[in-house]
Amino acid sequence: MIAEVGFFALLLALALAILLALSPLVWSASGDRAIMALTRPLMLAMAGFVALAFAMLTTAYVTSDFSLASVAENSHSTVPLIFKVTGVWGNHEGSMLLWALILAIFGALVALVGTGLPRRLQARVLSVQGLIATAFLAFIVFTSNPFLRLDPAPPEGQDLNPVLQDIGLAIHPPLLYLGYVGFSVAFAFAIAALIEGRIDAAWARYVRPWTLLAWSFLTVGIAMGSYWAYYVLGWGGFWFWDPVENASLMPWLAGTALVHSTLVMEKRDALKVWTLLLAILTFSLSLLGTFLVRSGVLTSVHAFASDPRRGVFILAILTAFIGGGLTLFAARAGELKAGGLFAPISREGALVLNNLLLASAAAAVLIGTLYPLALEALTGDKISVGPPYFNATVPPLLAPLLLALPFGQSLAWKRGDLYGTAQRLFVAFGLSALLAFGLIAVEIGGPVLAPLGVGLGAFVVLGSVAEIVTRSWPAGATLRLALRRAAGLSRQAYGSALAHIGLGLTVIGIAATAWHSETITLMSLGDTREVGGYTVTLAKLSPVQGPNYRETAAVFRVASAGVPQGDVVSTKRIYTVRGTPTTQVGLMTQGLSQIYASLGDSEPDGRIGVRLYWKPFVLLIWLGALVMAAGGALSLSDRRLRIGFAAVSSFGRASAPAAPAE
Amino acid sequence: MMRLRLTPLAAFALFAGLALARPALAVEANEVLADPKLEARARVLSGEFRCLVCQNESIDESNAQLAHDLRVLIREQLVAGRSDAQIRDFLVDRYGQFVLLKPRFDGETLLLWLGPFLILAIGAGLIGVAARRRRIAAADAPLSAEERAELERLEAQ
Repeated sequence: MIAEVGFFALLLALALAILLALSPLVWSASGDRAIMALTRPLMLAMAGFVALAFAMLTTAYVTSDFSLASVAENSHSTVPLIFKVTGVWGNHEGSMLLWALILAIFGALVALVGTGLPRRLQARVLSVQGLIATAFLAFIVFTSNPFLRLDPAPPEGQDLNPVLQDIGLAIHPPLLYLGYVGFSVAFAFAIAALIEGRIDAAWARYVRPWTLLAWSFLTVGIAMGSYWAYYVLGWGGFWFWDPVENASLMPWLAGTALVHSTLVMEKRDALKVWTLLLAILTFSLSLLGTFLVRSGVLTSVHAFASDPRRGVFILAILTAFIGGGLTLFAARAGELKAGGLFAPISREGALVLNNLLLASAAAAVLIGTLYPLALEALTGDKISVGPPYFNATVPPLLAPLLLALPFGQSLAWKRGDLYGTAQRLFVAFGLSALLAFGLIAVEIGGPVLAPLGVGLGAFVVLGSVAEIVTRSWPAGATLRLALRRAAGLSRQAYGSALAHIGLGLTVIGIAATAWHSETITLMSLGDTREVGGYTVTLAKLSPVQGPNYRETAAVFRVASAGVPQGDVVSTKRIYTVRGTPTTQVGLMTQGLSQIYASLGDSEPDGRIGVRLYWKPFVLLIWLGALVMAAGGALSLSDRRLRIGFAAVSSFGRASAPAAPAE
Repeated sequence: MMRLRLTPLAAFALFAGLALARPALAVEANEVLADPKLEARARVLSGEFRCLVCQNESIDESNAQLAHDLRVLIREQLVAGRSDAQIRDFLVDRYGQFVLLKPRFDGETLLLWLGPFLILAIGAGLIGVAARRRRIAAADAPLSAEERAELERLEAQ
């Protein structure tokens, strides 16, 4: 029954999505408000049925109903409950349903909290989201049905892939999808604006919270995926330029640009046409990411043909939305009026530079990811584009952005004073340069680029702090006045400073990877090795029986200068159902740094392969991302950004060096 | 036995069961050369070659048998005194350009290497043109009726 209810709910949701997508045909010309208002209940009902379908699939997983093909292939009765639940999206069909669920949640949110929007705009946005939902629900129903039955039902499932039996699967995919799919709202707003032929600063004000929300989720989603890879892979890498990772990085880069360009549009009514294009491109890259991952085209060009229905269907969705969106843009963008003027040296000018560099970086990732496919299709020649390519193209595009960032956020709108800005940043720049050159001096013969990277990250952090300080503490003012002014600064100002501080921290963490040290060795019980100033002793090897695996646990005793620091436990695990071995990494956190231990194969003489790493400041990489997202959330909580808040009330005020206390 | 390892992202993407996931071990302790200088060169080199049976991994990261064999091969050649370039050529002769994670700069990869910077240049050019046109348009824009009245009022003073 459960499966039938789920599938029926999916069909109903699809029908409602089609109605929603087609509804403008009825109200668009007549402007009939009553029919227009129907888009809200339609969206809510559609979301309800998608949620019901998802709940049914989850029930099937939790109750281990192996008569469903999806459950039988990706679950097992002995799997712990949490992995029964996360197993729902640990496979193609279920993850597409999660995609649709999140799309429906965002649609329902626009219907519920978007009440301050002009009616017509809201109805348009909802109908565009209905169109997207139609495409994806049809994709699920016709090519990726998670509710297919097996007859006869197998007595036991085939287990969830051991790599996915990790808390990471509970966190990373939902957050990533919240980011990906969240950009659909910006896309829907852009399409709505193009159809209506009207766009103004108020539009940017409506779109910005959604963009910030999606961006914050995507930031955390990518960071959590990176941390998951870091501790699961056994050698401590955190980013691999894997095409699947690139698929998430592209919308992040474009989305970051979008967050900034909507700001210009909201404050200054400029960059309107570009912002629309960027909103379309960002969601297009999200779709492209989904396509690249889902069609299997990345594994091999030929895998594409192994399930042609799926691949062709996704390609059709992609063509329709990206092609349609861009065509509409080309047709209508010319009719949009250009907005406010600004000098090259101004906040707007700096944000244009930000957009240019971020878009170029996104292009570099896109080119590197698709080039081998295109080349093979055109010439038959196979090449590989790997980390060395991306490391040679992306950082050179982003480093100038980091250097310009503190200047940009301190420049005034419209016409800025570069000299005055440089004066305000003098201390921050001096301290960062001192740090960089200090590191170079201490580490003669060591890495050169890494200290510069640390300096750059520090400049971004200190520059953001300086921005808040100089805005609230004019020369000669008392501390009391400064504190009062600081309290009066908008949450948006603090949010952007915080997000930039987070970026700086991530940059420092990445640069610090140059100082990681590793010891690859063979150890017997009682042996001691050194890594990064710590001594690590293999103290115990013991067998452990888990719910659906058995493992050998190695206990390492860590000491620093003779002082015991605690134990690190790394295990080699065999999942009994599939017989797949995995390694569970042992981690010890010391401040922001980590000691990392993983086990390798055993030698015939009984010694065991061990990899030990000392990773100074490695946690900054992900901590920085969390701080970035917190900045986004703080900015989101600014009451001037709340949807429906009077559109013009804060115009001009934000361009003053310090917003007055509210 | 062919041993594959997936990143969780890739594993999530390709869903369960497509590949035999195995713990990653990459460089094994028994492969490491005694000479730290040669070993350092070996590590850098092995980061440049693709493990041909894996999902987008270098032979430095992979624990596939082939990656192991290539790591040992590179180390043997280093001990025999070959240069980095000679080892690269040797592997390309054997496996084709596909083995290089850093594609060579030639006619085929011209757009790959220059593409991002071309986009940057074109973007900068477009911004420059747009800014110029906007400034000219703003300078040439006729005064509105209110502005004209204001101007006349000022001139009359």
